[in-house]
Amino acid sequence: MKALRCVMAATAVGLFGFLAAGHEAAAQIKIGSVLSVSGPASFLGDPEKRTLEIYIDEINAKGGINGQKLQLVVYDDAGSADNARTFATRLVEEDKIVAMVGGSTTGSTLAMIPVFEEAKIPFISLAGAIQIIQPVRSWVFKTPHTDKMACEKIFADLKARNLTTIALISGTDAFGKSMRDQCVAVAPGVGVAIAIEESYGPRDSDMTPQLTNIRNKPGVQAVVNPGFGQGPAIVTRNYRQLGITLPLYQSHGVASKQFIDLAGPAAEGVRLPAAALLLADKLPPNDPQKSVVVNYSRTYQQKTGQAVSTFGGHAYDGLMILVEAMQRAKSADPAKVRDEIEKTKGYVGTGGIVNMSPTDHMGLDLSAFRMLEIKGGDWTLITGT
Amino acid sequence: MAELLQFVFSGLTVGAIYALVALGFTLIYKASDIINFAQGEFVMLGGMTTVFVAQAGVSLPLAALIAVIVTTAIGLALHRFAIEPAREATSVALIMITIGASIFLRGMAQIVFDRRFHSLPPLFGADPIQFGGAAILPQSLVVLASATAIVIILWLFIERTIFGKAVIATAANRLAARLIGVDTRRIVAFSFAVSAAIGATAGVLITPIALTSYDAGTLLALKGFAAAMLGGIGSAPGAVVGGILIGMFEALAAGYVSSNYKDAVAFLIILIVLIAIPQGLFGRAKIERV
Amino acid sequence: MRNLLEIRLLPPLAVAAIFVTLPWFFPSAYYYRIGALVFIFALAVAGLNLLMGFAGQVSLGHAGFLGIGAYSVAVGPAHLGMPSWLCVFAGAALSAIVAFLVGRPILRLKGHYLAVATLGFGLLVAIVLTNEAGLTGGPDGMTVPRLLLFGWSVRGSDVWYWITGATFIVGFVLALNLMKSPTGRALQAIHDSEIAARLLGIDIARKKLAIFIISAVYASVAGSYLALFNGHVTPDVAGFLRSIELVAMVVLGGMGSILGSLVGAGLLVVLPQALTIFHEYEQALLGLILIVFMIFLRRGIVPSVAAVVSGWRK
Repeated sequence: MKALRCVMAATAVGLFGFLAAGHEAAAQIKIGSVLSVSGPASFLGDPEKRTLEIYIDEINAKGGINGQKLQLVVYDDAGSADNARTFATRLVEEDKIVAMVGGSTTGSTLAMIPVFEEAKIPFISLAGAIQIIQPVRSWVFKTPHTDKMACEKIFADLKARNLTTIALISGTDAFGKSMRDQCVAVAPGVGVAIAIEESYGPRDSDMTPQLTNIRNKPGVQAVVNPGFGQGPAIVTRNYRQLGITLPLYQSHGVASKQFIDLAGPAAEGVRLPAAALLLADKLPPNDPQKSVVVNYSRTYQQKTGQAVSTFGGHAYDGLMILVEAMQRAKSADPAKVRDEIEKTKGYVGTGGIVNMSPTDHMGLDLSAFRMLEIKGGDWTLITGT
Repeated sequence: MAELLQFVFSGLTVGAIYALVALGFTLIYKASDIINFAQGEFVMLGGMTTVFVAQAGVSLPLAALIAVIVTTAIGLALHRFAIEPAREATSVALIMITIGASIFLRGMAQIVFDRRFHSLPPLFGADPIQFGGAAILPQSLVVLASATAIVIILWLFIERTIFGKAVIATAANRLAARLIGVDTRRIVAFSFAVSAAIGATAGVLITPIALTSYDAGTLLALKGFAAAMLGGIGSAPGAVVGGILIGMFEALAAGYVSSNYKDAVAFLIILIVLIAIPQGLFGRAKIERV
Repeated sequence: MRNLLEIRLLPPLAVAAIFVTLPWFFPSAYYYRIGALVFIFALAVAGLNLLMGFAGQVSLGHAGFLGIGAYSVAVGPAHLGMPSWLCVFAGAALSAIVAFLVGRPILRLKGHYLAVATLGFGLLVAIVLTNEAGLTGGPDGMTVPRLLLFGWSVRGSDVWYWITGATFIVGFVLALNLMKSPTGRALQAIHDSEIAARLLGIDIARKKLAIFIISAVYASVAGSYLALFNGHVTPDVAGFLRSIELVAMVVLGGMGSILGSLVGAGLLVVLPQALTIFHEYEQALLGLILIVFMIFLRRGIVPSVAAVVSGWRK
């Protein structure tokens, strides 16, 4: 029974350690973050976390903000909105953060919003859905483009190619479902008809039945696949397996070199809307975003050894918008910082040029998205749309 | 007709994956009555280790071999350090240990490997085989053939070797087996090793189709467990038939009913089958003694 | 007789005493939140423990009832205009009906076959919640309006701490009474040997179904509380991993011990919070701790510790 006592002692020590933690005094600016570092959305949370850590270090190495060092407190919600809510409370109550950059998914962001609204702490979300900033909430901002914009960008490209009848195949995960809803809502207004809709589970390993139904549907001129993670890679492979030759559109959810690696040769000719970040070196030298995206992708690749994704870019933008607001406010006071975030004008980030206002807490327009096509295993920019 | 054939091919592809995962559950269950919830992690370890060893410059077949050996060692370690010390515990407690092991292995995998998706090149290329207007990938046939081969090997082993007879004896009555001189501890250890090896092999073979990542094991274990139960737990042919049936249900439901509800349809059919045949398709009803 | 009653009520009284005094040591609202979460999960786990620990029936889909309860207080006010408090009861009633309909056929299954059938049930609930986006908001979930009681809006972690803790203690006492009732004794007989129980003339199917329904109601109320407390609900409340977590709480705390349910829930709610100091290693450590606990306290924390304590006394 000695072992039993050891276990009990260890548990007690662990619990007291937990109670004691978080009470260390620090004259630092504490920035909080809750990200889906593990779990089904880990390919969002993982690069986001790495990005925040890299740049907090870099800022501190240069002397910090307003003479104070930054301290980052990150928690992993493992993709659960319930966990996210608990960690949000912990950040506010225990860690006493002054600002928050995080929330990898829409679900966890929506679950955390009430905490930060009540505590009056600025919250810059890294999730996609438009519900986060519509209606406008005074303390909530976001950096990624909305799903709605992705749909509009895709539809604009379809119209330019005279393709008006499409099929939708989307993931049943949060990202796929949310973008699917936006696309269905936007389609009639721009004269695009959705002839058939199919879906797949986020972990499915074969989508040929759904694609067979799409192939057999008469009149379909193009296929759009809102989704992220492994699903779109398998859809793309199955698409070629079935020999479908219609144009295939993926979403900004696959905006990472990894998609090309996973889908392999099947990815040839696939189009998708994405931020300028993916093109980095290929952007024309006069592009206003050129230096930002080149610097970010080089830094990220050097420090992590992994290819850059737009998700990490969202975290970069969130952090930089926050830091610049703190510099302008000459303070880390949450209320002053909030006011300055709202006044962000002409911030050039990885996702586009951000112009916020009291009625727009994202500040991006459609020009932030570029239409890309995969050619020869790499992204190429489609001009003209 | 071509449409139906394509759905069937899809069902075979997915079903073969489930079958291969389900096979891993049978042997451990036979030897120890434990449902090993870390079986999905064995599959993940097979795929991920191959990917990372191959990335380090080792040739693919050798990488796959290393992955199977590493996973088998982990299976043995799981038995030695977690199952064996608790061998007198109830089966619920032992199942809990395997759940703990699954969380532990997943937690370690995201540190040792990474949190991204990975793929492996298929054995015989990515060009689909055309048949009657439908297309199937050669790799799907490889998975199917492997599942069949494993069933035959397991059957030969259990029926034709002394060691196999000892497994049957252990499954039937552990105390009696021990009395006639069977080292039941070794039998259980062996079953963990073989199940881990089957899992790792499955991981290597299905990654070219289904991709893999550190957390791929959870869903595979869930579907594999359902397949093993549908077929009748403990029966190797049952595991394969159960897996392929579930794959078929899903594919046909996605094709003809609704892709949103294909998993729901599949589980509904499993429920109905189990209510009609409470011991699964190939399972034997246990006689309860008072 | 009086003595017996006192012994039976000792654990809930002790819990009540701790429940009332603990907040004196809470430095912030965050601790109230953790406390409330512990009580919410303990309530669901207590119900599941009745099913697993006393009736010996495993459910791998109990989060499905958590989901029904949670979405009742979300969907009811939003789509039917029902007040939240009524939805808590409506959710419980709905869970009871669903448990009755599902339980009748599947409780005939045994052991792992019952496990896979309940697992299927849990998945069905999660799939419906995910797909019926018009009603449930889909995977992103939906906002849950605050609970209004007598014109007073229930908010704040501290208020919820008191509500959930009080409910758990009531649930605790009810569960204890149930165990000591003739039904409870019959259930224990089922657990020990189903055939022997049948020979004694116990209507096994009905007793099992009754306990399944009761455990569903416990989970449903816990789910409603969770949703009202969080103000937002997503389908992962009903997910497979959540079901596994509930089972883990039962087994870790001790099958057949309602006090164990509180301990198991407490451990698995607090542990992930405590392990954040290990960053990357938190999940691996959680798995390791589960294994170590099950090896050394294989009957669950409360029964094992109780055995050790009574051993010392001797």
